Parts: sequence; C-alpha cells; structure tokens
Amino acid sequence: MEEITVNTKNEALKRRTFLRYAGAGVAIATLTVAGCKKNHNDMPNPEDGEYFGSGDIAILNYAYALEQLEAAFYTKVADTPYSGITSQENSFFTDIRDHEIAHREFFKAAIGGNAIKGLEVDFSSINFGSRDSVLAAAKAFEDLGVSAYNGAGRLIQDSKYLLLAGKIVSVEARHAALIRDLISNGSFADDTVVDMHGLDTSRSPGEVLKIASVYIKTKLNVRDLPNY
Amino acid sequence: MNLFNIIDEIENVDQEIHERLNPRRAALKGFLNFGTKVTVAAMPFALGSLFNKAYGETPTDIKGILNFALTLEYLEAEFYTMGVAASGLIPAGAAFNAMTTIRDHENQHVTFLKTALGADAVSKPTFDFTAGGAFSNVFSNYDTFLALAQVFEDTGVRAYKGQAGGLMGNKDVLTAALNIHSVEARHASHLRQMRKARGGAAANLKPWITGANDTGIGAAVDAVYAGEDNKNQAGVEITQLNGASGKISSNAATESFDEPLTAEAVLAIVDPFIV
Repeated sequence: MEEITVNTKNEALKRRTFLRYAGAGVAIATLTVAGCKKNHNDMPNPEDGEYFGSGDIAILNYAYALEQLEAAFYTKVADTPYSGITSQENSFFTDIRDHEIAHREFFKAAIGGNAIKGLEVDFSSINFGSRDSVLAAAKAFEDLGVSAYNGAGRLIQDSKYLLLAGKIVSVEARHAALIRDLISNGSFADDTVVDMHGLDTSRSPGEVLKIASVYIKTKLNVRDLPNY
Repeated sequence: MNLFNIIDEIENVDQEIHERLNPRRAALKGFLNFGTKVTVAAMPFALGSLFNKAYGETPTDIKGILNFALTLEYLEAEFYTMGVAASGLIPAGAAFNAMTTIRDHENQHVTFLKTALGADAVSKPTFDFTAGGAFSNVFSNYDTFLALAQVFEDTGVRAYKGQAGGLMGNKDVLTAALNIHSVEARHASHLRQMRKARGGAAANLKPWITGANDTGIGAAVDAVYAGEDNKNQAGVEITQLNGASGKISSNAATESFDEPLTAEAVLAIVDPFIV
C-alpha cells in the first residue's frame, strides 16, 4: 500500500514528527527554546486536544474527522434499526454505512502516521429508535458533509487531494438527496441547500466544526487547520 | 458569491492570454475554420490545446473550462425545458415537480456561467436530443427521457470533477464550480431513484454508481461510466480496507468514490446531441 506523500515543508508538521522521535519531555522543552523559537506559540501541546496538523494534512484530518462521525452514526443506525424500518431503507442505510466506512478507512490509510486518532462521538441528541430522528440527523450530516467538502476545496493546495475530495463529495451529495427524498420526496435539492443561482451550500471548516462539535466528545486542536 | 469579483479575477488571471496566444494566431485561425460544429462543440477543448501550446505547460485555462461547463449546462437546460414543455411526457405530480426543479437549476447554471464569462461566453449550440434518430422518442417516451436525464446528470458530475484541478488558480470560481457539481450529483441521485421506481431494467438501480455502467440502458452508454469501477484511490486498494464485517466489498468500493472524466471524453459523449 502506497501512502500519500505529505507536505513536509510545513514547519509545525516537521517539528511534530521530529519531536515524536525525540521522545523525552526534557528534550522537547529544550528544543522548544532552541529550535522552535520562531513559532513557539504554534507548538502543539498534546493536552490541547487532538492535533490536526496544518496545510493539506490538516484538511485531510478534517475530512477524516467528519467521515468518522458519519461512519459511527450509520454503524449505529444499521446495528439498531428504528422501528418500522423497511427492507429498502435498511438496504440504503447499509450501503451508506459501507461508503462512510470506506471513506474513513481510506483517509486513515492515506494520512498514515499523521492521522488523528479515533474520535469519541456523542449521539445522545439522536433517538435511534425513531425514523424521524434518524433521518433528520442523517440529513444534517449529509448536507453538512457536502458543504464541508465544497467549502474546503479552495483551501486545498495539492490538486490530487482536490480530486479526491471531489470524488467523495458527489457521493455525499447522492446520499443527501436520497435521505431528503426519504423525508419528503422531491426535497433532494430544495432551496434550503441550493440558492437562486443553482449553487449548493459551502461552509468554512470553522463553521462546519462548530456545527459538528455537538456530536464530538474528543477535544480537537485545529489551530493550524486552514480556515477563512 | 460576487459575480463581478469572479469576472475581475478571471481577467486578472487571463489578462496576458492574448499576448501569449499571438504567436499562435495562425493555429487559432485554423481551429476557427473547422466549421460550426467543431467550433461550438470542441472549442473549449480546442482552446485548451492552444493554451497548452501557448504556455508550454498545463495552463490556468479558466475561461476555457467555464465555456466547457456552459456548453454542458446549455445542453441540460434545453433538454429539461423541452421535456417539461412536452405535453403528456412527464407524469403530473412528484415527477413533474422534480423535473421542473432540475430544469430551473440548469437554467440558473447557464445564467450564472454566462454572467461570469460575459462577452467571452460561447453561444448556445443547436441540439438534437434524438442524437440523429437514436433516441427518436426522447420527448414522447417517459422512460427514454428519464434514461437520458440520468446519463446527462451522471456525465455532468464527472465533467465538473475532471475540471476542478484546472480552476485552482481562482478560488471563487473553484468554489462556484464545486457548488454546481454537488447539485448535479443531487439531481443524479433523484433521477436514479425515479428510474428505479419505473422498474424493468432499472429496477436495481441505486442513487450511487455501482461498477461500470449499472444503468440497464446497455452498451450505448458505456462511455459515460467508463472507469467508475475503479477501486484504487491514491494508491490505496479500497477492498483491502476493513469494513463493518470483513473487508470493504467491491460494490461499496466503487460506489463510495465517483470518478472524473476528461473534457475530451465528455465532449465525445455529448457530441451526438450537438448538430
């Protein structure tokens, strides 16, 4: 398996990788002063939460975090089907679960040693026994995912990552349209997500994470995640 | 999204383009003499080839890409406009409303791209949705119309995806193109559900693309789905990754990633529909 080459030009990332090998706390303190004087305020502190890295790596970790959330959600939906679920709906949810797991595992493999850890999720606001509650949450996740990839495109530096994001976002949009149609047939691209120019929604990482944070227990360190 | 900013930024990116192309004026003249069909249908691609020569490497060919997109949107907009207007073609109710929604989006895309391109926008080609008689009942047979609609949307998704990298030089244009791209995917998802509901060859169709050519339409649309059976992403074999139980299935591996098409492949697909 060939891992995607990371952008090692990034100073924070280089420092982090180096420090991992440096190991001892005393050595880190010394290096912070001696080697990282220029940007010592950017020094990732493990106690500040799960560090995303910076540049394209941070964007990939951002996508990885969202896919973790979606995969965990649909895994729970598939494991504990809501009452009255039809076999067709069950089949749709199984497919979507598998797509989100594929996305999650792909990012994990592609990011390799720079990947964030598995996030702890909080779905206490969702009633998994209720069709309405599950579909509403699924719609929120899918529309959020589409807007996240659409909004992150402009922040990606490497065209091959942009293409990967493009390959995934249209699948998320297919999911979003289906979920919306399950809630109300014909709402696949209504004016709550598509504007008067026929354009879908895009959101900055900051906006997305603010919305997603209600479902994530793990503290995230996104200080170097590109944003606007 | 500020349209005027986009126009300004395109001009900023491309302001030297005429200068760069000057030594190639003879070549440009050659392209323009191919005749109406080639000029209209292949112009974006032809311009791309010219720009390649002019810059000596892959260019920031933003106008060419936007005109390519506009050509596709012209096609979709006219297709749905004619379909919705065809008496008795689309069943009243949910189906008619969905087609109206899609028609409106495609017309909005045309307006958006024409405004962004201004005087540089290509003209609307003359379309023949029967493709020279191959789909002679396109506006009288609902299933034919639905099949073509699905094919056009799935093609559109692949076309925008293939051009995203070329728009990286202008972040606002890139974002707008991505925002169109996902709307086309929403359309495709819905049209696939509509076809599935009709049963027959489309009875097992899913909102997402499984393998290469899952349409039930036949080999006529193989080119539209060529490469959609890819299971390797950036060197990662998706079927080697852990799934819910065991490895990710082959179907899930192809469904979970949509694939791009080159402008050349897309133009070959739509060429039969352009007079």
